[in-house]
Amino acid sequence: MDNGQECSNGLSSTACDVGAVPAEEIAAICQTFGNDKHRMLDILRAVQDRYHCISPSTMDRVAAETGLTRIQVEGVASFYSFLSLTPKGRVTIRLCDDIVDRYAGLAEVAAAFEEVLDIRMGETSADRAFSLEYTPCIGMCDQAPAAMINDVVLTRLTADTARALAEVLKAGRTPDHLISERFAELTPHERATRMVDNNIRHAGEVLLGPVPEDAGLDKAAAMMPSLIIAAIEESGLRGCGGAGFTTGHKWRFAAAERAEKRFILCNADEGEPGTFKDRVLLTERPHLLIEGMTIAARAVGANEGILYLRGEYVYLRELLEQVLEDRRRRGLLGKSIHGIRNFDFDVRLQLGAGAYICGEEGALISSCEGLPGEPKTRPPFPVNRGYLGHPTVVNNVETFCQAARILDRGADWFHAMGTEGSHGTKLFSICGDCLNPGIYELPYGHTLREVLEMAGGQDAAAVQVGGPSGTMIARDSFHRKLTFDDLATGGAIIVFNGERNILEIVEYYMSFFVHESCGYCTPCRVGNVFLQKAIGKFRKGLANPEDIDYLKELSGTIIETSRCGLGMTSPNPILSTLQNFPLVYSAVTKPNKDGIRDTFDIQSAIDGARKIAKRRSYIFDRDFTQ
Amino acid sequence: MSELPKARIATVSLAGCFGCHMAILDIDERLIDLMQLVDVDRSPLTDKKRFTTRCDIGIIEGGCCNEENVHVLHDFRRNCDVLIALGQCAIMGGLPAMRNAIMHSDAPLRECLEEAYITGKYIRNTTHNVPNDPALPLLLDDVYPCSEVVEIDYQIPGCAPGGDIIFDTLSKLLTGKFRGFEREMIKFD
Repeated sequence: MDNGQECSNGLSSTACDVGAVPAEEIAAICQTFGNDKHRMLDILRAVQDRYHCISPSTMDRVAAETGLTRIQVEGVASFYSFLSLTPKGRVTIRLCDDIVDRYAGLAEVAAAFEEVLDIRMGETSADRAFSLEYTPCIGMCDQAPAAMINDVVLTRLTADTARALAEVLKAGRTPDHLISERFAELTPHERATRMVDNNIRHAGEVLLGPVPEDAGLDKAAAMMPSLIIAAIEESGLRGCGGAGFTTGHKWRFAAAERAEKRFILCNADEGEPGTFKDRVLLTERPHLLIEGMTIAARAVGANEGILYLRGEYVYLRELLEQVLEDRRRRGLLGKSIHGIRNFDFDVRLQLGAGAYICGEEGALISSCEGLPGEPKTRPPFPVNRGYLGHPTVVNNVETFCQAARILDRGADWFHAMGTEGSHGTKLFSICGDCLNPGIYELPYGHTLREVLEMAGGQDAAAVQVGGPSGTMIARDSFHRKLTFDDLATGGAIIVFNGERNILEIVEYYMSFFVHESCGYCTPCRVGNVFLQKAIGKFRKGLANPEDIDYLKELSGTIIETSRCGLGMTSPNPILSTLQNFPLVYSAVTKPNKDGIRDTFDIQSAIDGARKIAKRRSYIFDRDFTQ
Repeated sequence: MSELPKARIATVSLAGCFGCHMAILDIDERLIDLMQLVDVDRSPLTDKKRFTTRCDIGIIEGGCCNEENVHVLHDFRRNCDVLIALGQCAIMGGLPAMRNAIMHSDAPLRECLEEAYITGKYIRNTTHNVPNDPALPLLLDDVYPCSEVVEIDYQIPGCAPGGDIIFDTLSKLLTGKFRGFEREMIKFD
């Protein structure tokens, strides 16, 4: 590639050329991760953190050090939204652009930052001090509007606080100072809780109530692995990430596979807008989580584990590293755990870099392998061939925590809670238009109305259960039960009152899926854009009754022909509102009498040519000279 | 059959290459049968420039790349009961729509015109100007398929569609027997 081409694709720039990043420093970063291509995400994250840019020459260098080609490195660097091929500011301010944040006053906060920093959203200041951008839900919907400033999270922003924060940053203070003047003296847990409130509104018996330390692991250590799996199966525990697969079966399949190595992966990539339960578990129950992973390792015979933490939760990194270190020191991780020969297990923390799709287990595995976070074709399933081709158990944070509790208290205790088919308790993260947004640990089987009353959301006119990929339901369905068989959810319950515009919410969710589609399957990559445009037509009042059929038909195609869960659920905001709020759509459609499309705007279509030709249109513009 | 009043057909070529109209002629001697059923009104085939009467069927070749295309298409929609998009350009924008791919530019249309008339490697344009005669219709920002500008009732795929599929579809439409295409007719590989 010659220089001219490099400039033309916008990747090369004087601001982040090789002069600024000495090759030996890049080599040193690669060396930190053993020049291992599977640690590509860590390498690129480190480069991004230090130089705020991944330049073409850097990618060449990284490729050479890890034995990959430049395009493979670029494939990763360009996939994740927290990695940047163009120079970013030393301080990057990411405002959470969730619908809940928008309703909580995001626009004013954004305007305040723009005003003080004198840059627009999406821009980087000329002196490369600040970048200002939007990012999808960062899991702080219970304290919106929220922002990430480098690794620091700030919540409950207003225009005034935003202005004040921006002034402090402009005065040259580091983002830590926004939390505390004595940030360095705080423990990781104190830092996390100073930044973000847990908002635990209702503690249940299993997870958020009193939990004896490592009681589950103590019992599991004395049990045959097959009995651990049997106990989990008997408890009826199902995955808490959303899909609800029976956890015991998953472990059994992984254990049954003939293999030399097995892996335990924890999915802490809760990217579903409105979900923030794992955030609270990671803050308050990190030991329980690692305990659960260790038990899973014992059960299936794994020696290595990965805790995949979403990039937005980077503020929990220190806390989790400390927990892992602490457990290693106490012999709860590492060689011969509990003095049992061959019970070796250790966990590494893998940070994501801003990609919703990595919550899909195949994509999560790809991401851990140092690849772009694209889902894998199934079968083979991860339990058969997952991380680097080895049998892999991927479970949600909450699932591991519950597994640890089941081992402590017994399968019957857990099985007795909840309803048939949905046993135990579940963390619900409730946010939006309610008085008490936060975390509620409740047994399965409560009706939505009961839960809304607890959260002070009696005014709700619409509730999005399970996030954008779940269901939007109306008042007439609030009697439905929160179970796997009725209203399944990974935890998110987003409450909207009667003043909210359903179509605006739907359009936002579609734009979210457009942004987060990995682009592998055409129906998802292109189809979601078409759906978003079609919803735009409804919002502008330009839709015909036939457009409703179009929405249904296109949605069906996307669901049927996409490879992973994202495409299979992305039309849900549209389909569930069409079903539950049909009048919202029919109220804004009007039949087209003359067959001429209102959506085609001739004036905007010829505007460019009018300027180039410097004359009016003789067909569509009136002649004012006469 | 001959006692029935004849159906009236109009055709036009918008942003197309006229290949689809050539394909209409590929109906060959069956044209004589077809002419038993129809009269051709406004069409390049008759050289009638205006609608003399309301038509039953309008056949559109090509998409919309300039304002005149839009104007004519509106005219067809208003004057025809049924509109058929004939061929890939009318249905999807086709080859002309390749200019829609100039996306990462602040002024894609200007870039397109400059490459076509001034900067292109094989251009011999002694005036070094983009043609701008007042008689030239203004170009649209993109090339649009017909269905984005007006409602289209039927689409006959192909580039160009074969004489058989055109004849078959028209005669079935005229006799009210059209129930969609046979799979073999629209299978191109």
